[in-house]
Amino acid sequence: MAKPRAQLLQGNEAIALGALAAGCNFFAGYPITPASEITERMSREMPARGYPFIQMEDEIASIGCCIGGSLAGKKVMTATSGPGFSLMQENLGYACIAEVPLVVVNVMRGGPSTGLPTNVAQGDVQQARWGTHGDHPAIVLCPASVAQCYELTITAFNWAERFRTPVVLLSDEVVAHMREKVVLPEAHEVEVIDRRQPTVPPDWYVPYKTDGSLIPQLANLGEGYRYHVTGLVHDERGFPTRRPDEVEPFYNRLFGKISRHFADLERVRAVQLDDAEMVIIAYGCTARAAAAAVRIGRERGLKVGMLQLMSIWPFPRRPVEEALTGKRLALVPELNMGQISREVKRVNDGRTQVLRHGKMDGSMITPDEILGRLREAK
Amino acid sequence: MPPVHRSVVYDWLRHDKKFPHVWCPGCGLGILLGSLLRALVESGLDKNQVVLVSGIGCSGRLPVYVDVGSVHTTHGRALTFATGIKLAKPELKVITVMGDGDATAIGGNHLIHAARRNLDITAIIVNNQTYGMTGGQYSPTTPLGAKATTAPYGHIEPSFDISALSATAGAAFVARSTVYHVTQLDQLLGQAIAKPGFGVVEVLSPCHTNFGRQNRLGSQVDMMKEFKRKGMRVERWRELPEGRRAESIPLGVLVDRDLPVFGQSYDRICDAASRRGEAGK
Repeated sequence: MAKPRAQLLQGNEAIALGALAAGCNFFAGYPITPASEITERMSREMPARGYPFIQMEDEIASIGCCIGGSLAGKKVMTATSGPGFSLMQENLGYACIAEVPLVVVNVMRGGPSTGLPTNVAQGDVQQARWGTHGDHPAIVLCPASVAQCYELTITAFNWAERFRTPVVLLSDEVVAHMREKVVLPEAHEVEVIDRRQPTVPPDWYVPYKTDGSLIPQLANLGEGYRYHVTGLVHDERGFPTRRPDEVEPFYNRLFGKISRHFADLERVRAVQLDDAEMVIIAYGCTARAAAAAVRIGRERGLKVGMLQLMSIWPFPRRPVEEALTGKRLALVPELNMGQISREVKRVNDGRTQVLRHGKMDGSMITPDEILGRLREAK
Repeated sequence: MPPVHRSVVYDWLRHDKKFPHVWCPGCGLGILLGSLLRALVESGLDKNQVVLVSGIGCSGRLPVYVDVGSVHTTHGRALTFATGIKLAKPELKVITVMGDGDATAIGGNHLIHAARRNLDITAIIVNNQTYGMTGGQYSPTTPLGAKATTAPYGHIEPSFDISALSATAGAAFVARSTVYHVTQLDQLLGQAIAKPGFGVVEVLSPCHTNFGRQNRLGSQVDMMKEFKRKGMRVERWRELPEGRRAESIPLGVLVDRDLPVFGQSYDRICDAASRRGEAGK
């Protein structure tokens, strides 16, 4: 077998290649900085494989088109940035309630509104959790390197298919546009999960009746199982209902299918945490500065470590609790005014002192800034 | 019972869906449902080949009664979902059902782009000149001067001509009928379903509960009589002198043209791309 070749890849390109490795066979998008490279790459790759690609009239249409494609059995993705992500919120909720597997990439830039289109920010973290109306579960992944862009895109597809829910890949402008050397795995090394299909004949089929996993085995459109898909709360047959004795079990199952599998949904990376007295909790591009701060700090004799959150929703409570336990200090640097630090404080529960370091000037947080904050706090 | 009616009732309506339907007594949507089912039966399609997609509003509830794959989407977005379904499975017959607010207000952008793109989708647009489900607010097709719950002093905006809009945007097939002219409606729906490319059928339907009541148009029967009085075959209507055309509503096939269909063009792109060996690069 040929030796795996190292490649110089951009974060956005790695997302496109990760999607293909995960089995993505449908893409709809709309141009937006700093996510356009994903759509451009897919416009080259998809037709060559005979897969649908389309540039729609706006982001609302892009995600609607993806949901349609997914209902018909395709593994779908769309990619956007803040303004487009805002437009997608309505149909993100639809995918959630109708249980449609879908991957949405949001490459974060400065906001709100048009904000800072070409600058980095991490202001969409809570939007990714709560952006669509109504209470609902959310799965959100957050890469910090080109290699993680590839890896987490595959994870996003696998989880979307497994849990039949939209998964948001929350990248940022720095991770999207930087280039790194990566060695991509061979196709056979990539674990690919596909949605479960009905195991009973159409006559016996009850679309939203589930087993212990609480995840329905929904048939693809046009394959002999005729059922109703709706954004209304529905009964086990898929028909709209307002009966409290059907509505409550519906919501319980929608949340339960995620909460029952919390342990599978935690992705973190620990850096020199074992003997650390101080912990930096970081995600996305900020985790890169944090990793550098750990390296420099250690050279200077600081006992500092880092926990990188690769999954941010559901919030990885247990690994964060473990990382906080026994530490003197925790610092949460992020390119917003404290969207994840409030979550860290919520799970901290008196274990340690939690400081936030928010920055909103359109630039990265540097390792020096992080070390400075740690020194001040000492 | 004639065979086509038996098929409609027993084969194409859902048996596990609890009736009665949600519509007001006298609503035109039930007539449209019957007409659509007859057109489907006549077209010889298998139930597994058909997908019905709708938006939000009274018309959005139509697909739930039909024993096919049915998708009740978000407000105005039916055509975007339909586009995805058609791209994913070109062999399916994808039919959308939308209202006038659904298709030309919140979903107006999707309508014109779907028409321009010319994917092989049939779009049924039920025009009752109001937002019925939410209580009779003005829509893009509410006539100038009409009353609405959000136009208590009379409507001051000009209205859209849905058929003209669809034709200008590039639809391959555009037709208009009413729920009074049922035989014609059956035929037009059949033609639109058979037509390759984007086909629009505008269906005028009475909302006596909201639009009719606020504008003192009488009962549902009175509103149906008005369709009978005003409706005119488009061929005859075109012969009317310019000054008399506004008194009548032209019905029938308004546009029928052969245009490149998106799916076929995309297949050509795929062939060209795979020949260039882009895959795997």
